[in-house]
Amino acid sequence: MSGSPLTGSLVALLAWLAIAALSLLPGRDAWFARRLAFPLGALAGLALAAFGLQAAWAPVAQMTLPLGLPDLPFHLRLDGLAGFFLTLLGAVSAGVTLYANGYFRDETSARLTLISLQYHVFLASMALVVLADDAYLFMVAWETMALSSYFLVTTDHRLPAVRSAGFLYLLIAHLGAIAILLSFGVMHGGQGDYTFNALRAAELTPFWATAAFLLAFFGFGAKAGMIPLHAWLPEAHPAAPTPVSALMSGIMLKTAIYGMVRVIYDLIGGVRWEWGLLVLAVGAGTTLFGVLYALMQHDLKRLLAYHSVENIGIILLGLGMSMVFVGFGQTAAGALGLIAALYHTLNHAVFKALLFLGAGSILRLRGLRDLNDMGGLIRTMPNTAFYFLVGALAISALPPLNGFVSEWLTFQTALQAPLLEHGVVRSLLPLFAATLALAGALTAMCFVKVYGIAFLGQVRAPRHPVHAPAAGAGRDCGGAERMGMAWLAAGCAVLGLFPASFLLTLNRICVALLGGGVPESALESSWLWLVPTSAAQASYSPVIFLAVIVAVTWLTFLLVRRFYHGRVRYSHPWDCGYPEQTARMQETADAFGQPIRHVFGPLYLMKRHLPAPDDPAPRYSLRIEDRHWYLLYLPVARLAEFVSAKIGLLQRGRISIYLLYSFLTLIGLLVFVR
Amino acid sequence: MATPFSSQLVNLLAAFLLLLAFAMLSQRRVLTLIKMFAWQGAALAASTLIVAYSTDQKHLYFSAALTLVLKVALIPWALHRLIDRLNVRWDVETLINIPITMLIGIGLAIFAFALATPIAQMAGTLTRSTLGIALASVLLAFLMMIVRRKAVPQVIGFLAMENGLFFAATSATYGMPLVVELGVALDVLVGTFIFGIFFFHIREQFDSLDIRHMEKLKED
Repeated sequence: MSGSPLTGSLVALLAWLAIAALSLLPGRDAWFARRLAFPLGALAGLALAAFGLQAAWAPVAQMTLPLGLPDLPFHLRLDGLAGFFLTLLGAVSAGVTLYANGYFRDETSARLTLISLQYHVFLASMALVVLADDAYLFMVAWETMALSSYFLVTTDHRLPAVRSAGFLYLLIAHLGAIAILLSFGVMHGGQGDYTFNALRAAELTPFWATAAFLLAFFGFGAKAGMIPLHAWLPEAHPAAPTPVSALMSGIMLKTAIYGMVRVIYDLIGGVRWEWGLLVLAVGAGTTLFGVLYALMQHDLKRLLAYHSVENIGIILLGLGMSMVFVGFGQTAAGALGLIAALYHTLNHAVFKALLFLGAGSILRLRGLRDLNDMGGLIRTMPNTAFYFLVGALAISALPPLNGFVSEWLTFQTALQAPLLEHGVVRSLLPLFAATLALAGALTAMCFVKVYGIAFLGQVRAPRHPVHAPAAGAGRDCGGAERMGMAWLAAGCAVLGLFPASFLLTLNRICVALLGGGVPESALESSWLWLVPTSAAQASYSPVIFLAVIVAVTWLTFLLVRRFYHGRVRYSHPWDCGYPEQTARMQETADAFGQPIRHVFGPLYLMKRHLPAPDDPAPRYSLRIEDRHWYLLYLPVARLAEFVSAKIGLLQRGRISIYLLYSFLTLIGLLVFVR
Repeated sequence: MATPFSSQLVNLLAAFLLLLAFAMLSQRRVLTLIKMFAWQGAALAASTLIVAYSTDQKHLYFSAALTLVLKVALIPWALHRLIDRLNVRWDVETLINIPITMLIGIGLAIFAFALATPIAQMAGTLTRSTLGIALASVLLAFLMMIVRRKAVPQVIGFLAMENGLFFAATSATYGMPLVVELGVALDVLVGTFIFGIFFFHIREQFDSLDIRHMEKLKED
């Protein structure tokens, strides 16, 4: 049937592929890629978002494509969950793509052509991951996504650091893909049918169900960036061009969350609470690790990458709580946890993309990535500063923006803990909630640091800019960039101020997945108040909150004007006894993190170089390294190298030896079959 | 039960085949090696013919004719031309000296017989006792491939291995289906030509057919 959400999404997906193909059109100055590709791509994204939203309320649609291998056609399916992720993908990518149109303005034609090709293939493959209804198509789309993003990450492949970041990303992506593939293999239970319908129907023993869960959890976790498989994230995000970082952090990580929800709730089914505890533990670890390491960074994009790790942890916390509740048969509370996780998925996509775009503007127009080189940017880049502020407030979970709503819902889920019968688990949930609270506070501190050091204060003389600033330096970002950021900032505000209707949509998805949701009466009670369980327990009204904030600010402003005005005098501030103050005397990013570094010292691997007292040119340096490298990655790498060297001994380069190998194998086999 | 005359003939030919396999293993000269290969083919064709006659298997006549044309005439002729063109009538060098090679060969033959005895008892064919010989000639040909240093003897070893396999097929199951045999025959022919082409390329590259030079191709 025409006009259905599934057909519409498919058309939008094909539009992306068509744009990718058309970008290769030979033409003077790559006019298509430069002028049309990105605006059209943003339009397709908006259409996809609309169809996804429609799908959340429409009946489940399925379709079989006449593609793929003989006897193994591609299956598509669009249900509420897929619709939700399509909305996320479409809406966020629309903003990022608009921005990209301006961001890539100065690229050479050859590079722009390739970027546009890979960019749109990347978007289409993510949509296909969400739409896939058989393991075969899912894996094809998943790998296309990994490869196209790999090529995007290595756009600047002439730099060795970028190449090694890309390699690390590809390696971990493939490890994850192998685990996912094995998980599908375990789930299908030897019946030879890999459609998701067959996987749903397959009955698994508890042992195999747990094996499938573990494989899927770590497989998707590798893509999502949970510890200990997060190592690629802080390397790949800074290496990629900024709109790509925004897409990867905002959307691609979320496809992994989609995969987790799809596989754990839908395909395996029969969620066990023990699984939930594992997810909770990993989520709590990821959250704390992410935010603590983010606080130590002074490279802005790296810092944002660590915050992505942290937010994935928050999503996992919601997901884990939901799994615990569902495992104990508390469907309503489980649905609340899932709603919180999914809503945070959407919120993180919006504000993290926004923050990356802000960082990208600074990088492109000022050539700066190191926070210690920035300062006073608010005066020359007021627009960027404003949008970045919106994103920073949202990620710090301050009401009335969107980050608060989902974190608050996660807390509400944790507060349902008394419903559980198991005493130990009941007392564990508040601990995880406390982790979340700590992470929230630390995030706020981190963004105070970023905003204060980068945008406020005095302009610093950059010591090591990444590249020369682009043409038009000293100005703010252009119209296309501003439009993209405004779209995302508006998203932060709308999702924060009017969450009720979005949550109703999410509730329907939970009903479809879990067979029960949060009582709709509570959610539906009014657009003004958000009541997750019952009004007696908790309620929150973002609009009233905003009204109070505005009223207090306005009142203060009036009072100051009324009573204080006219008594302003201008003079030099007290200079603490130092007559001369330079920009170098401001607090640096490293200095700001010092107290945290002190308190959480054992968690960091610090390499500090203190100058000798009599050094005429003293230099202080501090490097914070990730312990995972030394405890996990390097030993594994050494083991792989050792084994390969031993196996390499087999290669002698002499035909006689090779013949001898097959001869001995033959003899061995003959002896064996006797 | 007295062994029928045809069976005795096949056994005789099988013994001849094994003898030739040992002779090839100890032979130093390429020309003689080719001659022996042709004789092996002839013995094979004869034994196939006898089996075909005594068991009245029509398709074995075809295989016998095919063997005769291919392994007695065509391939030896091609190999002769090849060594003429390449001018490589030198003596064959071996990696291990010949007495030791012969000792290993005897060990292999014993192993092959030990292996074949239980299988032969299961097979109900006229020629079952020759299965051990067939297996032994396969292993001996393989051994020849390993111990020879030059490319041409290695190819002869490869072809001799195919002879052994063919013999095993006739003796254990009265031959493979004709289609399979035709396919194998074609493979052997094509393989010979490909090897021939490779010889020229190898010599062009290294000025010699000594495969030791190919160690340079190893990746370090």
